[in-house]
Amino acid sequence: MPGPPSLQIHRSASRSKPCKYCRTINSHSLPPAPDMKTQPISNYLLQIFINNEWHTSIKGKKFPTINPATGVKICDVEEADKADVDEAVRAARAAGQRGSEWRQMDASSRGRLLHRLADLLERERAVLATLESMDTGKPFLHAFFVDLDGSIKTLRYYAGWTDKIHGKTMPVDENFVCFTKHEPVGVCGAIIPWNFPLLMFMWKIAPALACGNTVVIKPAEQTPLTALHTGALIKEAGFPPGVVNIVPGFGPTAGAAIGSHMNIDKVAFTGSTEVGQLIKAAAAKSNLKRVTLELGGKNPCIVFADSDLQSAVEETQKGAFFNQGQACTAASRVYVEEAVYDEFLRLSVERAKNIAIGDPLEPRTSHGPQINQHQFDKILELVASGKKEGATLECGGCAVEDRGLFIHPTIFSDVKDHMRIAKEEIFGPVQCIMKFKTQEEVIDRANGTQYGLTAAVFTRDIHRAMSVSAALEAGTVWVNCYNALHAQAPFGGYKMSGNGRELGEYALAEYTEVKAITLKLSERLTL
Amino acid sequence: MFAAVLCCGLRVKSQPIHTLSYFIFINNEWHDSVSGKVFSTYNPATGEKICDVQEADKADVDKAVQAARSAFSLDSVWRKMDASERGKLLFKLADLVERDRAYLATLESLDTGKPFLSSFFVDLQGTIKTFRYFAGWADKIHGSTIPTDGEYFTLTRHEPIGVCGQIVPWNFPLVMTAWKLGPALSCGNTVVLKPAEQTPLTCLYIGALIREAGFPPGVVNILPGYGPTAGAAIASHMGIDKVAFTGSTEVGKLIQEAAGKSNLKRVTLELGGKSPNIIFADADFELAVEQAHQGVFFNNGQCCTAGSRIFVEEPIYDEFVRRSVERARRRTVGNPFDPTAEQGPQVSVEQQRRVLELIQSGITEGAKLECGGKAPLSKGFFVEPTVFSDVQDHMRIAKEEIFGPVQQIMKFKTIEEVIERANNTEYGLAAAVFTTDLNKAMTVSAALQAGTVWINCYNALSCQCPFGGFKMSGNGRELGEIGLKEYTEVKTITMKMSGKKS
Repeated sequence: MPGPPSLQIHRSASRSKPCKYCRTINSHSLPPAPDMKTQPISNYLLQIFINNEWHTSIKGKKFPTINPATGVKICDVEEADKADVDEAVRAARAAGQRGSEWRQMDASSRGRLLHRLADLLERERAVLATLESMDTGKPFLHAFFVDLDGSIKTLRYYAGWTDKIHGKTMPVDENFVCFTKHEPVGVCGAIIPWNFPLLMFMWKIAPALACGNTVVIKPAEQTPLTALHTGALIKEAGFPPGVVNIVPGFGPTAGAAIGSHMNIDKVAFTGSTEVGQLIKAAAAKSNLKRVTLELGGKNPCIVFADSDLQSAVEETQKGAFFNQGQACTAASRVYVEEAVYDEFLRLSVERAKNIAIGDPLEPRTSHGPQINQHQFDKILELVASGKKEGATLECGGCAVEDRGLFIHPTIFSDVKDHMRIAKEEIFGPVQCIMKFKTQEEVIDRANGTQYGLTAAVFTRDIHRAMSVSAALEAGTVWVNCYNALHAQAPFGGYKMSGNGRELGEYALAEYTEVKAITLKLSERLTL
Repeated sequence: MFAAVLCCGLRVKSQPIHTLSYFIFINNEWHDSVSGKVFSTYNPATGEKICDVQEADKADVDKAVQAARSAFSLDSVWRKMDASERGKLLFKLADLVERDRAYLATLESLDTGKPFLSSFFVDLQGTIKTFRYFAGWADKIHGSTIPTDGEYFTLTRHEPIGVCGQIVPWNFPLVMTAWKLGPALSCGNTVVLKPAEQTPLTCLYIGALIREAGFPPGVVNILPGYGPTAGAAIASHMGIDKVAFTGSTEVGKLIQEAAGKSNLKRVTLELGGKSPNIIFADADFELAVEQAHQGVFFNNGQCCTAGSRIFVEEPIYDEFVRRSVERARRRTVGNPFDPTAEQGPQVSVEQQRRVLELIQSGITEGAKLECGGKAPLSKGFFVEPTVFSDVQDHMRIAKEEIFGPVQQIMKFKTIEEVIERANNTEYGLAAAVFTTDLNKAMTVSAALQAGTVWINCYNALSCQCPFGGFKMSGNGRELGEIGLKEYTEVKTITMKMSGKKS
């Protein structure tokens, strides 16, 4: 049995005192091609992070994390369970109690800490992108340019908000004075998925910390490594102990403990709609903790005949195949107007066949493996259902030979709305292309789903762009673009795609309690 | 900490001044004046010349406006930059100011005469925090979408105004530079900024840091020069879209008039004050004495916020005067680089003369001089901490802005009376009330005509809170979210819709 593969780290000669947790690399311009030879990942970073310290699990259990590109185990990680979550909550509660360092800190100083964390992420950018690529199978360059960029920008964006979370004063009747304070909710539980581990980590902790909360966060069991590495950076940045606690573990144990914990005031979850329902039920059964959910999607793209067809083909395809289709925003239902349907299909298939599949760490690769066997099997099962239900398989539809968890980018045409591939979230590289005739018809069909996360419309007509985007039941509508996510813009789902919004100013509302303070005066104030 | 900072400052002081601080800063480059003229800047603690600086006049302003205009053109790097990138540049600028904190504090003390420790802990701190605060706003300047009637859809964009002229005073050269640049740059404007002729050095050094931070050429241009020449050229320039001025009410009026006569440029003004400080008998006495003292003597009395009219409730009046005099007598005056000095010199011989003249008028008009009143040293422009009691509202020292270390203490009997007297001024910048009674605190703060009211504190400014004047203390507000409004034009975009959708 070979030892765990590990990271070759380029040490910066200019750094005189290397931190024991962190490795410095040159992260200017293009990242250095990582070389997987020596230096194991520090043992510290494979443990539970509570109170700015590294802990083994109380039960003494560990779980392996696997490189999906090779099927080889990367390392074992300490497995947090209910007892560890209890410890983490105790730490978070102490860190957030009245009079604590964190609660007494100037809001602008919280912003400074978030900025420092962003700086550290930037310093460790290549290391984190490598870890992310190894642990998820996503192409290294995507990890470096998309995940890391988004993570850093999210931190910087919320760093700026800390001292701008304004309450109001209200002109109440009679001899009263009323003002509001937007206070932190308290201990926030966060449960994040394996498709964008680091980015989702930042979407959760950045607004939570900006508002002054403390956090207990559980990374997905498939992808705990970047979250744990970030723990070391949180400590280095100077966050007080207990402000962020990281509990790697499984959903039914650690995740459920968070969902039903009596001392957690809010839970934010990103993952499947099925588990989202469990979380909300657990929150209700325990202490009515506040809940925000970012769940699944079956997102429609509507391509009108007057659109820039080439661009529509590219954007919808990136929308469908980005991150191997493992995105809640995946553009998995593409409705194309009849007049351009054949041409759109031809261009899409041609393009899909040219996608470079390969080793995620190889810079030319744009398509890696699925995350694990379970997901792989589920995708191929859905592909089989598509064929059986009468959709035309245009390309792909099978695994890459001798390459473990890789699946060829797959396109189905002649897809009907009742087929399973048109209704269920596939979470794999499968694009379903449908035909439509009228605007009214396509709006009805696009909205005919339990989901409502994102949608897109491709047209040059301003009226159509505006009226279709107004009619779509989705938290985000992209016009002539796809996956155009920004830290400044809110993101979240209608219907069963979620509750609440992340990002933008809106997310601050999810991490604050509003307190109205009313003073009775002896006489009425002059206006 | 103090000792370490001071050593640091003194070490820097022995170094020569960065020669970049001698030139005009346009397009990220250093220029001589078009006219070839220079002017001298002096150390007010000694009266000695520090150095000569290139003197900007109308022709230099024209050059700077041209640079700022082209940096603001539609396809410029600055206009195409992501808002979040503008934020990053401002953050970088804050980091650079922090890096050079000791040098800048030294330079500020040398040029203004303010105590070094004040420069380091107050001015530099405020400068850095202001840049960071507005850095965070850059990508949070939200427009709205509006549910208009009829078959329309409306959205607003908050766009930069364009080229902003900014004229800053000599009492807080760096902080005022940050108050001006922070919001202007956060909103995406370009700037032509004139520091005061008495204190150009730190502002010009900021030019070097602007360039180092990576702002595109022409985004910030700095023109050392005089009010009647360079300042007037800015106010009446047809290529400047907005002017922001901090200084005297007298000059503020000229600026507004020039804006009206030229191109109706937007105007914000932070002007003088004669700020009332109301002390009720139920107040925390020790706190009130000390805050009232600091409120008027801070920065050698050279603050637009100076709490120069102290109204004290009758039962505690005598004791308050006694304790205030005692405190003023303890106030140490000396070399700004002496760590025990609480007070340095006035900024110039003109200011020193003006303060002494007003003190004389107080004596002549019958106020009781309790302490101070004189120029203590033969060298430098110092004035002794001065306290007057038995001051009447009609006296010049109770009406005019003194801008020096002179405290006026008046007596009052009722809350209605003191509100009326406090508001009976052309000014309305700041005010304070000291009381432990919630009702009094809220009633008085609602009734006072002032842009800022402090309750049981004084000079509690922070970059998150708006600041500006009622009445003749100014137009508009600086700092806080509301400060962004003064640097943006709102554009309403209304689209005809083919069908109404909600």
